[in-house]
Amino acid sequence: MDMKTSSGKKLGLKEKYRHMTRGLDWETSYQKREDVHPLVEYEGIKIHDWDKWEDPFRLTMDAYWKYQSEKERKLYAIIEAYAQNNGHLNVTDARYLNAIKLFLTGISPLEYMAHRGFAMAGRAFPGAGPRVACLMQSLDELRHAQTQIHSLSNYNKYYNGFHDPAHMLQRVWYLSVPRSFFDDAVTAGPFEFMVAIGFSFEYVLTNLLFVPFVSGAAYNGDMGTMTFGFSAQSDEARHMTLGLEIIKFILEQDPDNIPIVQRWIDKWTWRGYRVLTLVGMMMDYMLPKRIMSWKEAWEVYFEQNGGALFKDLARYGIRPPKWLDQISFDKDHISHQAWATFYQYGAIADFHTWSPTEDELDWLSAKYPNSFDKYYRPRLKFWREQAEQGNRFYNKTLPQLCQTCQIPMVFTEPGDPTKICYREVDYQGEKFHFCSDGCKEIFENEPEKYKQSWLPAHQIYQGNCFPEGTDPTAEGFDPVSKVLEYYNIGFGQDNLDFEGSQDQKNFAKWRGMATSNE
Amino acid sequence: MSTVFIALQANEETRPIIEAITTDNPGAVVNQQPAMVKIDAEDSLVVRRATIEELIGRDFDLQELHINLISLSGHIDETDDELTLHWNA
Amino acid sequence: MQMDLRTVSIQPLRQTFSNIARRFGDKPASRYQEGTYDFQSTVNFHYRPTWDPDHEIFDTARTAIVMADWYAFKDPRQFYYGAYTLARAKQQEAAEANLGFVENHNLVATLDADLRQRATDLLLPLRHVAWGGNLNGASVCAYGYGTAFTQPFIFQAMDHLAIAQYLTRVGLLLGDESLLDQAKASWMNDDAWQGLRRYVEDTFVVKDPFELFIAQDVALDGLLYPLVFDAIVNDVFASQGGTAISLATQFMTEWFKETRRWADATIKTAASESAENKALIEKWAGHWRDRAAAALRPVAQIAVGDQADTLIAEQVEQFNARLAKAGAQV
Repeated sequence: MDMKTSSGKKLGLKEKYRHMTRGLDWETSYQKREDVHPLVEYEGIKIHDWDKWEDPFRLTMDAYWKYQSEKERKLYAIIEAYAQNNGHLNVTDARYLNAIKLFLTGISPLEYMAHRGFAMAGRAFPGAGPRVACLMQSLDELRHAQTQIHSLSNYNKYYNGFHDPAHMLQRVWYLSVPRSFFDDAVTAGPFEFMVAIGFSFEYVLTNLLFVPFVSGAAYNGDMGTMTFGFSAQSDEARHMTLGLEIIKFILEQDPDNIPIVQRWIDKWTWRGYRVLTLVGMMMDYMLPKRIMSWKEAWEVYFEQNGGALFKDLARYGIRPPKWLDQISFDKDHISHQAWATFYQYGAIADFHTWSPTEDELDWLSAKYPNSFDKYYRPRLKFWREQAEQGNRFYNKTLPQLCQTCQIPMVFTEPGDPTKICYREVDYQGEKFHFCSDGCKEIFENEPEKYKQSWLPAHQIYQGNCFPEGTDPTAEGFDPVSKVLEYYNIGFGQDNLDFEGSQDQKNFAKWRGMATSNE
Repeated sequence: MSTVFIALQANEETRPIIEAITTDNPGAVVNQQPAMVKIDAEDSLVVRRATIEELIGRDFDLQELHINLISLSGHIDETDDELTLHWNA
Repeated sequence: MQMDLRTVSIQPLRQTFSNIARRFGDKPASRYQEGTYDFQSTVNFHYRPTWDPDHEIFDTARTAIVMADWYAFKDPRQFYYGAYTLARAKQQEAAEANLGFVENHNLVATLDADLRQRATDLLLPLRHVAWGGNLNGASVCAYGYGTAFTQPFIFQAMDHLAIAQYLTRVGLLLGDESLLDQAKASWMNDDAWQGLRRYVEDTFVVKDPFELFIAQDVALDGLLYPLVFDAIVNDVFASQGGTAISLATQFMTEWFKETRRWADATIKTAASESAENKALIEKWAGHWRDRAAAALRPVAQIAVGDQADTLIAEQVEQFNARLAKAGAQV
């Protein structure tokens, strides 16, 4: 869209955008600014001049609708063709679908949460530039939640475990990890939310989620996921730019902001890193055809790319996030530790786990020469042998959870992968448990917040995770089956090993029908 | 030195864009990955409207990049004629 | 690897997601349904908001309206993101064509100076009113309850922003950038605009999301859009040789026609839920209608002089009839 004024002068992009956003704003005088925007002060961030904000990607609404509708048209055409042609039978093998189940239950409802969170942030900021960018992102995040549900709707018709994502997010034990992450961000103030989600998550970490994982989906024949993934990621480019801009803006406004922002960067990099353990496991164990290891992805997208970013931010006095030494050591370990956890707790999850094949073990050995053969391969082999003898191992004891990240306490000591890491804090006469120094310190900075955590294991023991009207004193009361009922996980359909599952049988039968003439 | 990158979907629309980027950034490294192309460059990378227009033979609005963009890194400076990615350090 | 698949007919295990099946039975569901129902969390929140510790993150107690099920609301347009964006893209194409036509044929030059002045004085300060609508849309989307209710408000927010941007372009057709500055000065200081500015600023501190919906989308938009874009621009200005202005603002006319259907449906659902809801809606709608009508009077006078009273009286009458149809007597 070219735009001229009636005097014939053509306006440049920046000038035009200025009229289209900040030119609209005014200082209120009938209502006090602190009543109109009551949330901008309480976090201690000082902003002197909102006009110093530089708009990243100057999209006006008409251009937004034009380009976004083009993306939507393409995306839904592919979703439709994919469904009509039974595209799901094209994926490498049905084990792959379990990675997508994890995505649908663990990620899509968070996209929705981001939609509401950015609406809150956009409402909170008095500056026109950040308001418009936040609200546009809020709209995009609604897009992501919905295109994901729509893309995966067809999988839900044919496979188990996809059927109740929003319900499960609010109840199932492991989903409290991603959910509490976002609950944590939206219950913080608007500036912290922006540093948490806009910067730490979108800028530093989402590439890890979307780029290698979605490229992996393409590699495994999943056109549907590839399409929504890349289509969503095209919006992320705008979001990442907003995340970087907000950080620069806050840091440039007042030196007093620096320590506050530094603490948030430390906290949210660690929180985000913990959540991404799930992605590491998907990449290393759940894609039948692997594109790159978690460790490789971490090195490209966090170490190289994040390294350049923090070098750039050094001029503001910002240093790289805390606990990087541990993170760097752990990249050889966390995906294996997570998979082992889900393998054991496969009876109370909504997706299947399995014993990796010999080929896959070899691939992991090659990708993780420092750790896999020594610490993880023997256990996987042992479990496989047991399973082959009819003793598939299911852990029936509820795990202790970290009070902050809510992941079971399965991670090991920094520098010693043979010893589980435990930390604890006494607060108000109670003992709180943590998986790491990072999670412990985050709690210590805000104990009043984290003491509230809705920890699934605790809640089960307290009797809060049974269907309404359950009587735990009744004869024959079976707690596990009642918890599964509360989760709406169908026993024998949604859970247990992939070997022998309905998904496995159906996929084999349908693919047989589709590729032979019988 | 720090690396900036831009990643685009690999399709018919991006082919000339990628060609334009490699023309305008002789040091850039092109990585082909499943369904995507990631272009890395040291410190800065520029996308020029004029170069793309020459290759496609029609007017091009740099905001059309949004349709096929997957990801990028670095600070962005966007004018009607150029999109630049760069690090300051 | 792409295999050559024969088209086979395989029986699905289920037709839709469990939450949709619980509401409507296990049958094929629409994209609107799958993309809307139950998306927002309702139980087991982890932490209280540090900015509002008296409430959960999403909390029905933020409004005085009481619903047994907040998913009783349904957008008659069935707008989810994709449907919304495609609809707006089509409208934006038409708007672009209209603005381009006015510009290319220099139709502004055909307006007489007095009309051009009145159009400028009336339309350009409305950029700021629309910008206020953007903020209020964000509020309801952020703090309302249930996706079926909140989702349309992010669309409203962005539509208001678009309208502010279209009005900016109209301003630049009518003159140059200095007109935008003059319009802002009028908005800030001229007596004619102070009632409306006060109204808009007062809505910024309304905390109840449903009341804010009534104040912004029902009362203010419900009087302003038909008054300014239908009664004044399309009728009065057009009859004075101002079809160019009417062409340049067609987006707003169509937008209001479309969105009022959603607003009516929303009122109807809440008002028919209970006598208490109905009474609240009537109280709010009556209060904000009277304030909006009073605030719009001097604004209309800018454009139509002493016809303003008659035009506003007509609008109020139509507004009352519209609300009565939606189940609220004001």
